[in-house]
Amino acid sequence: MKQVVTGNHTLSYGAKICRAQVVSAYPITPQTQVVERISEFVADGEMDAIFIKVESEHSAMAACIGASAAGARTFTATSAQGLALMHEMLHWAANARTPVVMGNINRGMGPPWTIWTDQIDSLSQRDTGWMQFYCESNQDVLDSMIIAFKVAENENVLMPAMIVLDSFVLSHTTEPVDFPDQDKLDEFLPPYKAKYTVDPDNPHTFGGLTGPDRYYELKWLECEAMDRAKELIPQVGAEFGEWFGRPHVMVKPYRCDDAEIVMVVSGTIASTTKDAIDELRDEGMSVGSAKVWTFRPFPSEAVRELLRGRKQVIVIDRNVSFGHEGIFCTETKGAMYNEADRPSIRNFIAGLGGRDVKVRDIKEMFHLAQKDDTPDPYWYGLKT
Amino acid sequence: MAEKKEKKKKLTVPEEELMYSGHLACQGCGATIAMRYALKALGPKTSFAIPACCWSVIDGPFPYTSLGIPIFHTAFETAAVMASGLKAGFDIMGKTDVTSVAWGGDGGTTDIGIQALSGAAERNDDILYICYDNEAYMNTGVQRSSQTPWGAWTTTTPARHFKKLPKKNMVDIMAAHGIPYIATSAMAFPEDIVKKVSKAKDIKGCKYVQILASCPPGWKMVPEKSIEVIRLAVNTRIWPMLEIEEGVYNITRKPRKEIPVADYLKLQGRFRHLTEDQVNEIQEIVNFNWQRLRWLEESTQEMKEKYGRATLSVPAG
Repeated sequence: MKQVVTGNHTLSYGAKICRAQVVSAYPITPQTQVVERISEFVADGEMDAIFIKVESEHSAMAACIGASAAGARTFTATSAQGLALMHEMLHWAANARTPVVMGNINRGMGPPWTIWTDQIDSLSQRDTGWMQFYCESNQDVLDSMIIAFKVAENENVLMPAMIVLDSFVLSHTTEPVDFPDQDKLDEFLPPYKAKYTVDPDNPHTFGGLTGPDRYYELKWLECEAMDRAKELIPQVGAEFGEWFGRPHVMVKPYRCDDAEIVMVVSGTIASTTKDAIDELRDEGMSVGSAKVWTFRPFPSEAVRELLRGRKQVIVIDRNVSFGHEGIFCTETKGAMYNEADRPSIRNFIAGLGGRDVKVRDIKEMFHLAQKDDTPDPYWYGLKT
Repeated sequence: MAEKKEKKKKLTVPEEELMYSGHLACQGCGATIAMRYALKALGPKTSFAIPACCWSVIDGPFPYTSLGIPIFHTAFETAAVMASGLKAGFDIMGKTDVTSVAWGGDGGTTDIGIQALSGAAERNDDILYICYDNEAYMNTGVQRSSQTPWGAWTTTTPARHFKKLPKKNMVDIMAAHGIPYIATSAMAFPEDIVKKVSKAKDIKGCKYVQILASCPPGWKMVPEKSIEVIRLAVNTRIWPMLEIEEGVYNITRKPRKEIPVADYLKLQGRFRHLTEDQVNEIQEIVNFNWQRLRWLEESTQEMKEKYGRATLSVPAG
């Protein structure tokens, strides 16, 4: 059934139809509507869940980890400062192998205070062991959420997952979203059957002191789990397509078949870029685009497959790693380095703190990338 | 034979053991004895959330455990909310009979963990928080905490600059939250621990129990004095044993004999530097605090008789 909803409410309805059993959250702009609607669902009995309204995001993540360790399907949502406050518990969720699913509304980090979008908040959590799905539309948000639960809870994965969407551009913008039939979804996403739980009838200790003789292997197991997630995400993405008509891949090409140049993008910039590609094609340019959907696990193989042999790759980053360059660019370069016929890779920083990135901006970046004297990385549209 | 049966009846501490040998505690560790008796009261249908503290080591390194109940080790400041999360998980999975316990040291409870604890108390989450209080960060090597008492040496309050601030009044802080049950106990009084923890277990809502637990290396004393020193803490009234139910204070042990607090202090090297005047000052503080507690006990009991409650009034619905 199609409904016109905001990105935030897509997460709320998503939590409901995915039958999250314990939700714990703390309010932060622009995430508030997610938890407002969930609190209504729970209070009205539309959702068979417990909602713990905690006193901080740090506690929100801790409560989700506890509930997940007791065997429940758990969900939370946050943004920026809230995500940063959670940081310690993000590691805890992954290292405890609790498949918590969370919505993160991308928002710039203060100071100065900002509530508008960029990706530094979520990308700063790169090494916490969370899967990260970057969404270009509200439909993408819903589909990613369903796929994330299925992958995260797979007994060969058991790693948490973050659904990432742009502040306001998606969070507060209404779009038609196709919600699957509940019975069909229940079949696609059956209840979470935890392999290991905190259980007085079968008592075990979780997370006790572990020496150098064993800790190392536990980290390797987590890396293996992420590798399995990397195999599983395209499988579940394809399966999702068979069931609901919308297949998902980790790197989604647009008009790339014969393209000499490919623009690598993520989030809502990915959908704007498609329009820019159409116009550039009309102007006779040989260009396509690639949306990177999952940042972790990073789809190195798919990136290589798509970019190998191209003349040029342009990465647009709505983020930056201070002292280096855009983060998706670094990852793309890393994936391509050992390729014999690797393309030249150019990087643009754009749209930090929610500055609009329009079709004409993307086209301009394309043209700037063709000039040898354009600095790299280039901060596009900087007011001087 | 008849006499033996009679004796057995008098035993109020359950025989069931949920703590086994092989733990890693120091000799004379008060926190370990507190755990043993708390578990006897709690029984096997219990889960523990344990933050960073001595007990994150005592239980035994992976893959060993010395307890017969499940433990979920958690980050320093999250014990209370981890217990809340576990409880929500148990409830939604239909395991409503599990007692969800947070078990933390004084630093994890009253310093870094007080926000999560205050949150759980405000929501009146159905958890039991037990703080074993050894009055400093013992696991990291005896640094001062908010529970370190006035006059004590620690590695961050050296003897020549001993701690000149009082122990944070955690009991009144928890009482201000209006939770249904608060108690203090002490590790040298097994029956008292069993009685209070059993009572707390059967009350729905957020319960807080703080158990004074000696730490021979941190308190600079010989391990064999561990029990004696805690008995003295209670009998000199520096650590009053009490319960607060619905805001009504009840001092559960009123020592008949007045024992000078110096007897308690002189057993411990952490107070060795104190002058006679300073010891006298502590005695005066102990005397006043005891009187204050007696007054709170009388007044809250009177309030209860008069108005039916001693906590802040809240809407019934």
